[in-house]
Amino acid sequence: MQSGTDNDVERLTELIRDASSSLPDDVERALNEALLREEDGSSAAVVLRTILDNCALARRQGTPLCQDTGTLTFFVDTDLRRRITPEVLKSAVARATERGCLRKNCIDSVDGRSYDDNCAEGAPVVHYVERGEPTVTLVMKGGGSENMSRQYSLPDASLGAGRDLKGVRRCILDAVQKTQGYGCAPGILGVCIGGDRATGFEVAKEQLLRPLDEQPADGDAALAKLERTILEEANTLGIGPMGLGGRTTLLGVKIASRPRVPASFFVTVAYMCWACRRRECRFQ
Amino acid sequence: MVELRYPFDEGQVRALKAGDAVSITGVIHTGRDKFHKFFADGNRIDVDFRDGALYHCGPVVVKEGGEWRVKAAGPTTSVRENPYEPAFIAASGVRLVIGKGGMDSATLAAMERHGAVYIQAVGGAAALSAASVKRVAGVDYLEEFGAAEACWHFEVEGFRGVVAMDSHGRSLFAEVASSSAARLGELFGA
Repeated sequence: MQSGTDNDVERLTELIRDASSSLPDDVERALNEALLREEDGSSAAVVLRTILDNCALARRQGTPLCQDTGTLTFFVDTDLRRRITPEVLKSAVARATERGCLRKNCIDSVDGRSYDDNCAEGAPVVHYVERGEPTVTLVMKGGGSENMSRQYSLPDASLGAGRDLKGVRRCILDAVQKTQGYGCAPGILGVCIGGDRATGFEVAKEQLLRPLDEQPADGDAALAKLERTILEEANTLGIGPMGLGGRTTLLGVKIASRPRVPASFFVTVAYMCWACRRRECRFQ
Repeated sequence: MVELRYPFDEGQVRALKAGDAVSITGVIHTGRDKFHKFFADGNRIDVDFRDGALYHCGPVVVKEGGEWRVKAAGPTTSVRENPYEPAFIAASGVRLVIGKGGMDSATLAAMERHGAVYIQAVGGAAALSAASVKRVAGVDYLEEFGAAEACWHFEVEGFRGVVAMDSHGRSLFAEVASSSAARLGELFGA
């Protein structure tokens, strides 16, 4: 396959615009359902109404729905490796920035200067993964939510959490309670049970690619049950949209597991804000 | 929805209760980290905040055809201004502090003493908050603080928020933190 043409760059630029201005259908549906659950006139209802109106306006205008256009992470099918190269993706990011779809949002961590086109070594983040289809998926995650991601190491005496699924449940619920509304609730959790520290975060974030109604990989019944339990229990914490109280603290919980070495047992929680921007594009 | 119009009357502000939804119309001034530091360093602020509103916001503003246009104007996290806000409230006579995530008990006490409230704007709702800014009436400290931290004077119409800290010592953030901790304890006991 040929390396990317200008046509590919243009399509990827549109992918970035769509992702930044339009929530995925499943997330918007979940926000609408949440609004029905909240009492009329409550802070929760007012916040959810504001969020939904904001999303409708951003979609209509094709402008960013949140000013923090976040970290851009592309998941590219391995078959597209030679065509959708990191350079092609960078061209699209630079073009999208020029068109105002992205804020100047990329800072050198050593000298503090801004990469005004949002491109640098490691930005955007690109993963080549087996997807079984020639697709590119973009996830945009804001800094406020990223700051709320957490990693636990079991056993954790302060939580009374041991090395079993009961302990895992305690860690995840603790993460939700500690986050309060600060990650821009209602949020979505991506969780990895096990793995090493680095793959824990990687796999936890990958779970954020899953539509909210999608079951765990291989139909794992234990994980499916844990996802349901945590979602129900977290929504009884009463944190609510933007932390002002209410019945909707989370929109979804997505969990995967990875093997671990006997000495380690990590539970990694990636927090995604309500502005869960993810979008897929197919390349034939 | 309670309609608030500049100038914000002390009686009306004191009547607000935590949880009230509000819609703000009139001028609001942005000020964030550099603005607060500047004030704390003993500099005179040349903007009249009496019965006014301070918005913790780092907007994206561009000049188009000689006019300032607001592209995004969502709230920034307020907690960084905790060390400065009680003194600012006392000195400036500001009535509405608008931001995200709430502020500490010292700020809550200053609000009770001087008749001010904290309004939570919806984090991330950038398109809507930009649309509610009808005109940029001016800007101060643009050279000194840069565009994202300058003191912009926005004329807003129907800017939405929720009173999260009132002038009666109530903070929804403190209440939710404590009730959710209690509920977590119950869930852990189950």
